[in-house]
Amino acid sequence: MSGEDHRPSRWIEQCWEPFVSEHPERIDGFQSASGIPIDPLYSRDGNEAGPGEFPFTRGIHPSMYRGRIWTMRQYAGYSSPAETNQRFRFLLDQGQTGLSVAFDLPTQIGYDSDDPQALGEVGRVGVPISTVDDLDDLLEGIPLDSVSVSMTINSTAPILLAMLLAVAKRHGVSPDQIRGTLQNDILKEYSARGTQRFPVDASMRLVVDVIEHCSVEVPAFYPISISGYHIREAGSTATQEIAFTLANGIAYLDACRDRGLDLVAVGRRLSFFFNAHNQFFEEIAKFRAARRIWARICRDRFGIEDDRACQLRFHTQTAGSTLQAVEPANNIVRVTLQALSAVLGGTQSLHTNGWDEALSLPSEEAARLALRTQQVIASESGVPDTADPLGGSPFIEELTDQIDRAASNIIQEIDERGGMLHSIKDGFVRNAIEQSAYEAQVARDSGEMLPVGSEEGGEIPEAPFHVDPVIEQQRRGKLEQFRANRDLRAVDSAMAQLEQNARGTVNLMPSLTHAMESGCTLGEVSSTLASVFGEYQDHG
Amino acid sequence: MARSGPIRVLLAKPGLDGHDRGIRLVLRALRDAGMEVIYTGLRSTPEQIVRAAVEEDVEAIGLSSLSGAHQTHFIEVSRLLESHEASDVLLFGGGIIPQQDVEGLSAAGFEWIYPPGTTLHQIVSDLKAELRPESVQGESTS
Repeated sequence: MSGEDHRPSRWIEQCWEPFVSEHPERIDGFQSASGIPIDPLYSRDGNEAGPGEFPFTRGIHPSMYRGRIWTMRQYAGYSSPAETNQRFRFLLDQGQTGLSVAFDLPTQIGYDSDDPQALGEVGRVGVPISTVDDLDDLLEGIPLDSVSVSMTINSTAPILLAMLLAVAKRHGVSPDQIRGTLQNDILKEYSARGTQRFPVDASMRLVVDVIEHCSVEVPAFYPISISGYHIREAGSTATQEIAFTLANGIAYLDACRDRGLDLVAVGRRLSFFFNAHNQFFEEIAKFRAARRIWARICRDRFGIEDDRACQLRFHTQTAGSTLQAVEPANNIVRVTLQALSAVLGGTQSLHTNGWDEALSLPSEEAARLALRTQQVIASESGVPDTADPLGGSPFIEELTDQIDRAASNIIQEIDERGGMLHSIKDGFVRNAIEQSAYEAQVARDSGEMLPVGSEEGGEIPEAPFHVDPVIEQQRRGKLEQFRANRDLRAVDSAMAQLEQNARGTVNLMPSLTHAMESGCTLGEVSSTLASVFGEYQDHG
Repeated sequence: MARSGPIRVLLAKPGLDGHDRGIRLVLRALRDAGMEVIYTGLRSTPEQIVRAAVEEDVEAIGLSSLSGAHQTHFIEVSRLLESHEASDVLLFGGGIIPQQDVEGLSAAGFEWIYPPGTTLHQIVSDLKAELRPESVQGESTS
């Protein structure tokens, strides 16, 4: 057989050629080290849907990474806005192409750094942001109209978005120039991640407020990143990860439709976030199946005809829960394999974990090595030179079909139980994840799935990263100063307006943005919202 | 001093950390091993934890933290137990706890700090050996 037989001429003519004439590939004519030409796509069936064609099993863009390498987006944040700003600049200097902000838990749940609830937590797992000035410090010197900013924030996502808009305004950047992503996926918090502040229904209103506001005011921004990552970290299987995530996606689209939003516009700005775990081929198949199922859901369930609105675009992070504390350097190899599965699965952006993250937040050296891992795959391996290189492999196609079927069955089960909101509230999702976590733990404890190098008795090294507890005091001083310098009448009036609007049904984004610009803090705004919506209670 | 009957344990996540995969697995393993376990859920304050421990008359408290706030919360629980004259309650913890912090936690009365990778069996057998030594005699030859 000659190479010519494998050229999918219909796809090349109808899809690839028109695309690359407008979006040229990185280089003209890819070839292997031995001079073998590398085609944009290999296919044994010239009629099958190629990348860029519904249902996008083989990728969402016709030229995939031949056109543009995925965005290398390392999640970072700790100590203080100024220190995190230094890490951001370091990562950008090392060739990172997008920013991803990790917030500390008080910020994620809606407490200022000087709140008694924040004691011991300030700056630990992310950066503390209580005011517009804090966010301004965090983003100092970073051009908001060219660097995209992703923010892992959920309960307080509308507040952080309001702050971002206020900071952009200060620097003369208009809302339509802001690029980036807000996680804003509250549903998975209740079943897997645990930073929910308000009850489910009020939270859903805030999610849709953000989506609606962005569709008009911040059109280049992704207002939600529907996340399976944490569902997987909490212990789910690969199949459950995509089933629960896509079921959450259905719940959001339902809510947007109920609000009267245009689902084509919404669908084009949805993004997803998945986990790259250990089982190499299953992970690749999972990403492929997720694209196909989501495209079907958009078209068949929601009647969306627009191709772009049916595309599942996603960020991936390698699986933190697979990192081992014993012999931690072995984690470099785990992360490399996981990252490779994400690339072979067609991810749009990627975070690779630091090898020392079972011990603490990553050291600077580990953070650099994690980024370098992506760069090696991108520049040295040749993997990005053809779309979906494993597509057509009988093994990968069979795995893809089976994951598609199994995940679709779970989604159907959730439909039959009355939908995702109901299945979250009654604990169905959480219990299913916990059952899988338990089975994985039993397999590990029995020695059946024991990680390499983690046999009993291994030494655990010292943690490489330490947050200075003095940060908590510094933050208190900073906030005291902020509060002393603001116009209290403006604060009170903005809070009164916010409270009144929260009791009604209008979109809260304008009053939140006004509140942030008037000098209200994240904690004040969150407690006002909690006084109207109530506080979520976890009973274990 | 040693009691008889089912071991009573309180499990808690102090602070704002939402990672409850580990503690929920421990909860299940302890219950499967016949212990009576109370889990107070996410975001329990040290005061709530100690109050519940005293009211429920537990013999052990297990705390989990993966957010780096263990120093603040674990040590506060230990301090409050003492002020409630309940320092005979056995303390243990787990999560992402740097090695260099383990010594301080031991000094504050934490019997065991379980790192990632601990088996559920280990936790069950430690508790049994400490609180019901008579029940494990003859059972543990391995």
